[in-house]
Amino acid sequence: MLEVSDLTKTFGRNTAVNSVSLTVAKPAMIGIIGRSGAGKSTLLRMLNRLSDATSGQISFEGKDITTLKGASVRHWQSQCAMIFQQFNLVPRMDVVSNVLHGTLNRRSTLATLFNMYPASDVQRAIGILDRLGIAQHSPKRAEALSGGQQQRVAIARALMQDPRIILADEPIASLDPMNAQLVMQSLRRIHEEDGRMIIANLHTLDTARRYCDRILGMRDGRIVFDGTPAQLTAGVARDIYGADASFSEAATSTEIETLEREYA
Amino acid sequence: MTDTRIEIQANYLAAMRQKRLLSGILLIVFVSLLLAGFQTANARNAGGFWQGLPNILDFPADVVGEAWDRKHLLPGYFAKYARSLIETVNIAAAATLVGALMALGLSLLATRRLAPAVRLIGPIRRLLDILRAIPEIVVALVLIFLLGGGPVPAMIAIALHTIGALGKLFSEVNENASLKPVEGLASVGANWMQRMCLGVIPQVAPNYLSYALLRFEINIRASAILGFVGAGGIGYDLRNTMSWGQGKFDEAAAIFLLLFATIIVVDQISSVVRNHLAFGRQERALTS
Repeated sequence: MLEVSDLTKTFGRNTAVNSVSLTVAKPAMIGIIGRSGAGKSTLLRMLNRLSDATSGQISFEGKDITTLKGASVRHWQSQCAMIFQQFNLVPRMDVVSNVLHGTLNRRSTLATLFNMYPASDVQRAIGILDRLGIAQHSPKRAEALSGGQQQRVAIARALMQDPRIILADEPIASLDPMNAQLVMQSLRRIHEEDGRMIIANLHTLDTARRYCDRILGMRDGRIVFDGTPAQLTAGVARDIYGADASFSEAATSTEIETLEREYA
Repeated sequence: MTDTRIEIQANYLAAMRQKRLLSGILLIVFVSLLLAGFQTANARNAGGFWQGLPNILDFPADVVGEAWDRKHLLPGYFAKYARSLIETVNIAAAATLVGALMALGLSLLATRRLAPAVRLIGPIRRLLDILRAIPEIVVALVLIFLLGGGPVPAMIAIALHTIGALGKLFSEVNENASLKPVEGLASVGANWMQRMCLGVIPQVAPNYLSYALLRFEINIRASAILGFVGAGGIGYDLRNTMSWGQGKFDEAAAIFLLLFATIIVVDQISSVVRNHLAFGRQERALTS
């Protein structure tokens, strides 16, 4: 279904992603772990074509994604939704409008400038918000919502695109544990109920283990681990994060960060 | 749950229709005002817009045509008018510098939350309004009458306008500055001047600079215009060469090119300076 071969991205002298190859045969929930700067975000941004690959190829169902240009790039982006760490909503517009932005690729510029969305789309948008449990906030401005609610609006915008793939770049890194759980559960449910492929960058090992079918570990731009949650042992995690023997199985993200700082 | 959902959907759709109706009405009002206004203006025009439209390129065509025929003379003209250009740029630079410094002081006095005397905010804002309202050409004409022709009256006229314009922009920048450093400085017993210079100015300096550099560009153009009324500089030469029927359009073209080049140079320099300021800030943040 999704095939990535030898994908590389360099910024000047730095190589952010170093000849990554990856095959996904059927829709799955995939978690990517690795410390900051390992190239996780860059990889997702290249899949969405927010940034271009330096070399290598991405193909989806036999179609080459890396060489798309102009309107066909935007069409691919409409099928490949993205969720960001900082939500990236339009703060001054209401929640439903933000969700309706998911249909922009299908609408003419003029119609969207005059806010001319069909009633059926509005109903679908509110339906999606209801599914995520935030329909009562529909008329509010996005900026008036809490972080967890805003991230669910962002997920609703992604669902409104009716995408084949949902990419999530650290979707829970700026949320409190309670909201993080809600957002991860929503993503898992979307995967299970709609059968969409989800690729999420995650900061914490336990989140990846708990919600994902397959886990990729990245270190210095390369994929150094590819396996099931059960295969992700403490020793493997130690390798991914470049930590030493004091790294414990039960480590949470905060502890990993302290370790990283000690050995940096 | 579905009941409330249907209710939410109905309410949202109703609100959306209402908003759409309102913007539709506004659009109709706007377009009809625009059309009516055009009719009125066109009726008062000598000639008429549509009849005149095809001739709109005649003057530029003449200028470009003559300049092209005598393009070998252009380098000579550039040398000839470089002196007046320097005078024009000088007037603009001095006016911008004086105006920006005065605007800085006045803007701090006119910003709520920062001003030491709340009662003075209103009067200072009105003063800035007045400075902006009077066209600089009027001030220049009066000053030229009083002081005689030359660059000094032009400089004062442009500086006065600059105070009004930058004072307003600076005070808007000040409003967005964080008060936290100011509070921190107040807590160690700093006086108002120290709080402003150390707490506010470092925050707003990059914005000040970019507004001031934009103003410098505008002032170069203003200073060229004031040359038309006897303030010297390149505007005076432009007036002499641009009049129809003198056969000096090639020289006018050279002057236009000089002005154009000057604006490009100022724009490039200002973007370099601005990037440097922004980048320098980043570097400092990284090392800290």
